[in-house]
Amino acid sequence: MAQIAQQETQSPALAGFARGRFSWAWVGVTPFFIFAIAFMILPAFSLVTGSFQDRQGNFTLANILGLSQPFILNAYWLSIRISLVTAICGGLFGFLLAYAVTIGGLPKFARNSLMTFSGVASNFAGVPLAFAFIATLGRVGFLTALFKTLFGLDIYSTGFNLYSFGGLSLTYMYFQFPLMVLIISPALEGLKHEWREAAENLGANSWQYWRYIALPVLLPSLLGTMILLFGNSFGAFATAYALTGGSLNLVTIVIGAQIRGDVLNNPGLGYALALGMVVVMAVSIAGYSWMQRKTERWLK
Amino acid sequence: MAFLELTHITKRFGAVTAVDDFNLQAARGEFVSFLGPSGCGKTTTLRMVAGFEKPTAGQIKINEVDVTFAAPNQRNIGMVFQSYALFPNMTVAGNIGFGLKIAGTPRTDIKQRVDEMLALIHLPKFGDRYPYQLSGGQQQRIALARALAIKPQLLLLDEPLSALDAKIRLGLRSEIRRIQQELGITAIYVTHDQEEALSLSDRIVVMNMGKVEQVGTPFEIYNFPQTQFVASFVGMLNQLQCTVVDAAQGVLSYQNQQLATGAPLEFPDGAPVRVFLRPEELHFGNGHGNNELNCKIETVSFLGATVRVELNLGDTTLMMDVQNERQLELPQAGQTQVVSFPPHACWVVPES
Amino acid sequence: MRKAGFWAWLWIILGAIYFLLPLIGTFMFSLRARRDTLSFAAYSSAFSDPQFIESFGFSALMAGLTIIVSLVLIVPTAYWVQLRLPRLRPVIELVTLLPFVIPAIVLVFGLIRIYSRPPLALTGNAFTTNILLIAGYTVLSMPYMYRAVDTGLRAIDIRTLTEAAQSLGAGWPTIVIHVIFPNIRTALLSGAFLTFAIVIGELVLANFLARPAFAPYLALLIQNRAYEPAALTIVSFALTWVCIGLIQILGRGRTDQDRAFTGPT
Repeated sequence: MAQIAQQETQSPALAGFARGRFSWAWVGVTPFFIFAIAFMILPAFSLVTGSFQDRQGNFTLANILGLSQPFILNAYWLSIRISLVTAICGGLFGFLLAYAVTIGGLPKFARNSLMTFSGVASNFAGVPLAFAFIATLGRVGFLTALFKTLFGLDIYSTGFNLYSFGGLSLTYMYFQFPLMVLIISPALEGLKHEWREAAENLGANSWQYWRYIALPVLLPSLLGTMILLFGNSFGAFATAYALTGGSLNLVTIVIGAQIRGDVLNNPGLGYALALGMVVVMAVSIAGYSWMQRKTERWLK
Repeated sequence: MAFLELTHITKRFGAVTAVDDFNLQAARGEFVSFLGPSGCGKTTTLRMVAGFEKPTAGQIKINEVDVTFAAPNQRNIGMVFQSYALFPNMTVAGNIGFGLKIAGTPRTDIKQRVDEMLALIHLPKFGDRYPYQLSGGQQQRIALARALAIKPQLLLLDEPLSALDAKIRLGLRSEIRRIQQELGITAIYVTHDQEEALSLSDRIVVMNMGKVEQVGTPFEIYNFPQTQFVASFVGMLNQLQCTVVDAAQGVLSYQNQQLATGAPLEFPDGAPVRVFLRPEELHFGNGHGNNELNCKIETVSFLGATVRVELNLGDTTLMMDVQNERQLELPQAGQTQVVSFPPHACWVVPES
Repeated sequence: MRKAGFWAWLWIILGAIYFLLPLIGTFMFSLRARRDTLSFAAYSSAFSDPQFIESFGFSALMAGLTIIVSLVLIVPTAYWVQLRLPRLRPVIELVTLLPFVIPAIVLVFGLIRIYSRPPLALTGNAFTTNILLIAGYTVLSMPYMYRAVDTGLRAIDIRTLTEAAQSLGAGWPTIVIHVIFPNIRTALLSGAFLTFAIVIGELVLANFLARPAFAPYLALLIQNRAYEPAALTIVSFALTWVCIGLIQILGRGRTDQDRAFTGPT
């Protein structure tokens, strides 16, 4: 700190800092904070206050309690289910993909292609992704038609339906796999090859190395990233909306419907829903950060 | 039969020959160093002994068992890495006991052995700590204990001190030697630091560009280097270009002076030769029977225990090391002094 | 590196099948606009739709403005935090995490709640709603933009560079123009391309603020047409690929952690 004070006294315009109070730096960061307050904190805050207000503006807990209606609970349960499924499956297969191109020893071009593609695929979500799946696995999709002509099989008759929970989960994987790949690859590459050699030296085989060393070291990253995947899926709107047109009652879809019109017959309930969503996301991000810190501490 | 035998070991990576016809026979309990610059093949050879690389040709035998192609986890060899490589998710005790756990040793026996090892490395209370809580020197000692816990037949050390501070390095160096001697375990130590190699080893293998330059005790390597590389890599070396005057008497001429080498030379009279001299064998003043040269002092560096003097002979520079003494009057730059060395200090090689 | 085993190849092949099938399917679909032949008719039809041009142009314009606003807000902030206010760093990082905690649907809900009533009514006319839209986009892209700029500044040790420049007599404008910006140009471009990709594909804000952006146009098109959306989906993918590809080229040498970007879903 003394260094900073000394540096600033050399510049006449900043000599004021030596007196310990004013600094241009604070002016420099003010616009950022004003922006953050105006367009992030205030809107979020207003939702929080809105969820505790009734139509007349008086304080009430009715909205929060109203979250326990069956309709709302089902929405949360559906969102949680799809987020769990896509987080776990997305996490597992994403991990396998990342493993294949890092430690698994595939050629360099496979790794680079996967990384680039993952960057693209995780940004491809939304309307285009939904349509891509409709065009492939929809009722008149390319694959659907292909199965009919080649194998005489109508996949929709087997119970498959793109516009359902299963179909949406399948679609969500398109950005969950890449997110896992991108985040877990550095962790996999961070596994020092000396650990493996030291383990082999001490008599361990491949399975024992993974069981006692590699997986325990990776576990915080794996879990943390799966939590992130959960949050990512929970907050998703565009893909679900474009695919199912709002027929699947996810929490995000319900909020969206509420924004358009008072479908819940109670605006406060909509705000409470939003609050609930923020809580879920906050817990998710906190969980991920905590796991990341744990990893960093070990791998210092 | 030697305990560790490496015969005609060669390793090629595509067109590059990393190790070329490496031969070594080490006795049980011997401390052998592989010394050489980066890229000379010393680490590659070590990794072949450990089993992480397979030789392109040659044979490795430990205690008369051919292990050339055995898997690394079948060789019962302990290895210490430059980066310590402690398992971050396990405590110190977990790390040290890992090899025993893999071997299925009962838990009480593991605990006993871990305590033994912790006592050996003088860190008795550290069992419950995690690697990230330890300093570099402590981590390396734990790594050593981990390698020794399984009672390996051979201990391999890959530049274990390179990542540590100078002060810690010195202390840990003697620790390693002490433990090795106490346990009587055969050890191979890879380093590029000649001081380490000279002070620790029973024998040194000097390598350069994949080839073995010389194998010998530290004294032999330093005082009787067999190739120019060994002579210049280990310690500092002065060179004088001379001509043979009288081969039978071992007399050379340097500029306009005559130098005695004290032994007959195998070169014809008149042949150009090079004389190598170690800095510590030069002295100020005349000594009877010694060769004398008039030099001008260029620079004087006080290094503590040694005073290093740079001398100018007109066309060459000589480095000279003088032992420090409190009543020593340091020479001054610019002075002219007589510098002498005994005849046997000359090591004569042909001018190539 | 050990040679790849059977399992490694299996996972990557399965992955490739999963990722490529929808793209192939969409592409094949887009070629079938004319009955019984393969043609690019869907593409020419899509591109010649005036609404496409309008919506894509609108989104591109919004993206450009968002990039500018982002840079103006974030670069000085990152700079000052690095140089003078290191204690603010945790606060700033928390702020840049907020957009993850507040997903787009919740953000737009809050924005509408506050800014649709006087005295802060911004939703009254197109121009002010666009401002709101740009603000929303800036929020969404903030974590990535901040991370890119922050990493860029850290990589070049901006403090030492500034001190060196000052000791050589440079004033602030010189430092900003000749020392800071040239060295973080790569980071800025990376952030800009990612923001562009995010904004072009963004649906939630555009939809609920009723602005004529590209994603709502595409959503509407899906309900009315079959082949044109396929063509535009392929174009959209190609465009995203170009953006990310450029970021990769620019960021050669950085770790992949910095490239762990994902957009709104």
